[in-house]
Amino acid sequence: MPETVLELDDLTVRFRLRRGDLTAVDGVSFAIGRGETFGLVGESGSGKSVTARAIMRLIPDPPGEIQRGRILFGGDNVLDKNAAEMRALRGRHIAMVFQEPMSALNPVFTVCEQISDALRTNLGLSKQEARERVVELLALVGIPSPQKRLDSYVHEFSGGMRQRVMLAMALSCNPGFLIADEPTTALDVTIQATILELITSMIDKLGMSLLFITHNLGVVAHSCDKIGVMYASHMVELGEKREIFANPQHPYTVGLLNSIPRLDIQARHLTPIAGSVCNMMEPPSGCKFHPRCAHAMDVCRREVPKLKEVAPGHHAACHLHDRGATT
Amino acid sequence: MTAQGATDDMLLEVRGLTKHFMLHGDIYSKLAGEKAQVLKAVDGIDFHIRRGETLGLVGESGCGKSTTARLVTRLIEPSGGEVRLKDEDLLAFSPRRMKETRKDIQLVFQDPYSSLNPRKTIMHILSRPMEIHGLAHSWNEKRERVLHLLHRVGLSVEHIDRYPHEFSGGQRQRIAIARALSVEPELVIGDEPVSALDVSIQAQVLNLFRDLQEEFGLTYLFIAHDLSVIRHISDRVAVMYVGKIVETAPASALFDKPLHPYTKALLAAVPEADPAKPPPRLTLKGEVSTPIDPPPGCRLCGRCPNETKVCSETEPPLLDVGGGRQVACHNL
Repeated sequence: MPETVLELDDLTVRFRLRRGDLTAVDGVSFAIGRGETFGLVGESGSGKSVTARAIMRLIPDPPGEIQRGRILFGGDNVLDKNAAEMRALRGRHIAMVFQEPMSALNPVFTVCEQISDALRTNLGLSKQEARERVVELLALVGIPSPQKRLDSYVHEFSGGMRQRVMLAMALSCNPGFLIADEPTTALDVTIQATILELITSMIDKLGMSLLFITHNLGVVAHSCDKIGVMYASHMVELGEKREIFANPQHPYTVGLLNSIPRLDIQARHLTPIAGSVCNMMEPPSGCKFHPRCAHAMDVCRREVPKLKEVAPGHHAACHLHDRGATT
Repeated sequence: MTAQGATDDMLLEVRGLTKHFMLHGDIYSKLAGEKAQVLKAVDGIDFHIRRGETLGLVGESGCGKSTTARLVTRLIEPSGGEVRLKDEDLLAFSPRRMKETRKDIQLVFQDPYSSLNPRKTIMHILSRPMEIHGLAHSWNEKRERVLHLLHRVGLSVEHIDRYPHEFSGGQRQRIAIARALSVEPELVIGDEPVSALDVSIQAQVLNLFRDLQEEFGLTYLFIAHDLSVIRHISDRVAVMYVGKIVETAPASALFDKPLHPYTKALLAAVPEADPAKPPPRLTLKGEVSTPIDPPPGCRLCGRCPNETKVCSETEPPLLDVGGGRQVACHNL
C-alpha cells in the first residue's frame, strides 16, 4: 500500500438533539493512500456525508460532537487543531466538492471573485495574479472561453458547468486530498459521465487522493480503487473494488447489488432488501442490519459485529464470518 | 381482450402533441421592441400505449417528459395536437366530462413529500378520490376499500389514521400509489415515481408497480431518467430529446441495439454497477441544446458524431424502421 494520507480511527459522531441522542457515525475506521480513490457508499442517512464533514471539521457543534476517534491527516490528528490551523488546512490541503453547486456557490459574487478569494487568502496572490490563475483553472476543468465566463454569476451557468466551477474552486490551491460528496447526483447521466471523467483525469494529472461519496454503485464501480460500504452509521464492508463487486461478503452489500435493475438483462422481478432503514433515533440492538437480514441469528440481535478480515484486504462486519458460524 | 382488433386495445394515442411556452421577457426587452421567445417544451410528438402495456418515457432534465405527462392528463392545455383516450379526443371534452375522465388516468409524482397533504390522515387521502367520483358512499364502505388498498400496497390497518410525516419516503410513495389506484384507473402515469428513493427501497416499489399491473391489468406511462429503471419496467420505450421523440422501440431491442445517436450516447453514459463493464463516457459534443427558439433541423445538430448537411436543414421525421421501431434520424 502507498503511503497513508488520511486515516480514520474509530470515528464516532453524535448529535445531541432535543428528541435524544443520535449517533450518525459509529466507530468508523479506514485509510486512504496517496493517489488512491476511495468510494464511500451507502443509502441516505447512513453517515457518509457526516464522515466527510467530520474530516473537514464542518460538523456544527452544538448539536454535533465528535465523541471519539482520531482523524489523521499526514500523521497529525485533525481533531487537535485549533480554528486557525483548520483554516490553513481547508482548501489548501483538503478541498471539498458538494452535491448542489447552486447552494454551495455564492450567488452574489462572480465566479472569478469567489475562486480568487481562496487563492488570495491561501496563497497570497495579488488580484491580477489570482485572476490569471482563475482563467487557467476554468480552462483546466473544461469551461469553454473562460476569459468571457470569468465575470459571470453562478446562475448563468448550467448544472454541469456549475459543478465544473466548483471543481475549479476545489482544485485552486492544489490540494493533495479531495473530498467529493455526491458530486454528480444532481446531474443528468450524460453530464455525469463528463464530470466523472474530469474528476478521474484531474486526480491522475495532479496526483491527488480522493474520497468519493455516493449512493450510486455504478459510479463507484468505475471511479474508485477501494470501497467502503456504510449502513446505519457503521462501516459494514471494506475492500478492493473488484473484490467487493465480485465477492460481496456482507448481506447488506449483497442486497444492494441485487436491488439495482440491470441494463443488460431484463428481470421480471428485482430482489430488494426487505423492510426499510432503521430509525436512527431508536436503532435496533446488535447488528443494525439484523431486522432486514435473511441470515439473522440470535447473536446478531445481541452483539454489534466487528469489522473482520474475511480475505486478504477484504473486511466485513457480520457474524456470519465468526469462527464456527455456518452460512 | 384477445378477440379484439389491433385498434380496439389501443388505450392512449397521442398525435402531434405540442406545448409552446411564450417567454415575454421583462419590460426593458419589451420597450426595446424585442420579440417574445418561444420555448418549445414538447414539439409535435406521437406515441401510443396499448392496454396492459408499459411505455417508458426517458430523457434528460428539460426534455419535456413531465410536460408530456401534464399534457396527457390536461393539467396544462396543449398548444396543438391530439390526445385520444379509448379513441375519443380528450381535448374536446367538456369540463364536466373531463372531470369524470380523470378517474381513468391517475398520476404518481416524484416527490412523495410534497404530493401528499400533510394535514390529512391516510384515511382521508385515500378516501377523498372515491367520494369525488362516487365510488363509495358509506363510511364503512370507504374504510373497507381503504384498508384493502393499504393492504395491497404493503401497508397495514395501523397506518390508516396516521399522517404523511409519520412515514418514510418509500412508504409515502406506496400511499401515493394507493391513492392513484383508489379510483380504479386504467392508465397510471408515473412521473419519476422512484427517483427520490434509495436503491433498496426503489426495488421494492418497482416490484409493487409490476405486481399491481398484473393484478389490475393496469396500463403505465412510466417516466424516468434512469435507464436501468426504464429497462426494467417497460415493454416499449420512447426516448425524448429537447421536446422531440427521437426513438421508440421494444425495450429489449432498444437496449440491445440502440439506433439513434442520442440513444447510443445515453446508454454509453450510464455507469453500470459492474467494474468489468466499460466505463461511462460521453459520445456527444457539448451540452444539451436549448428548447428556446431552436434552429431548424435536427435538435442534436452540433453534438452528433454522424452529422451531415441535411441535418441542419430539415428536421428528421420519426419513421418506421421495422420490428416495431421508429427512429428520427437522417443517417441510419
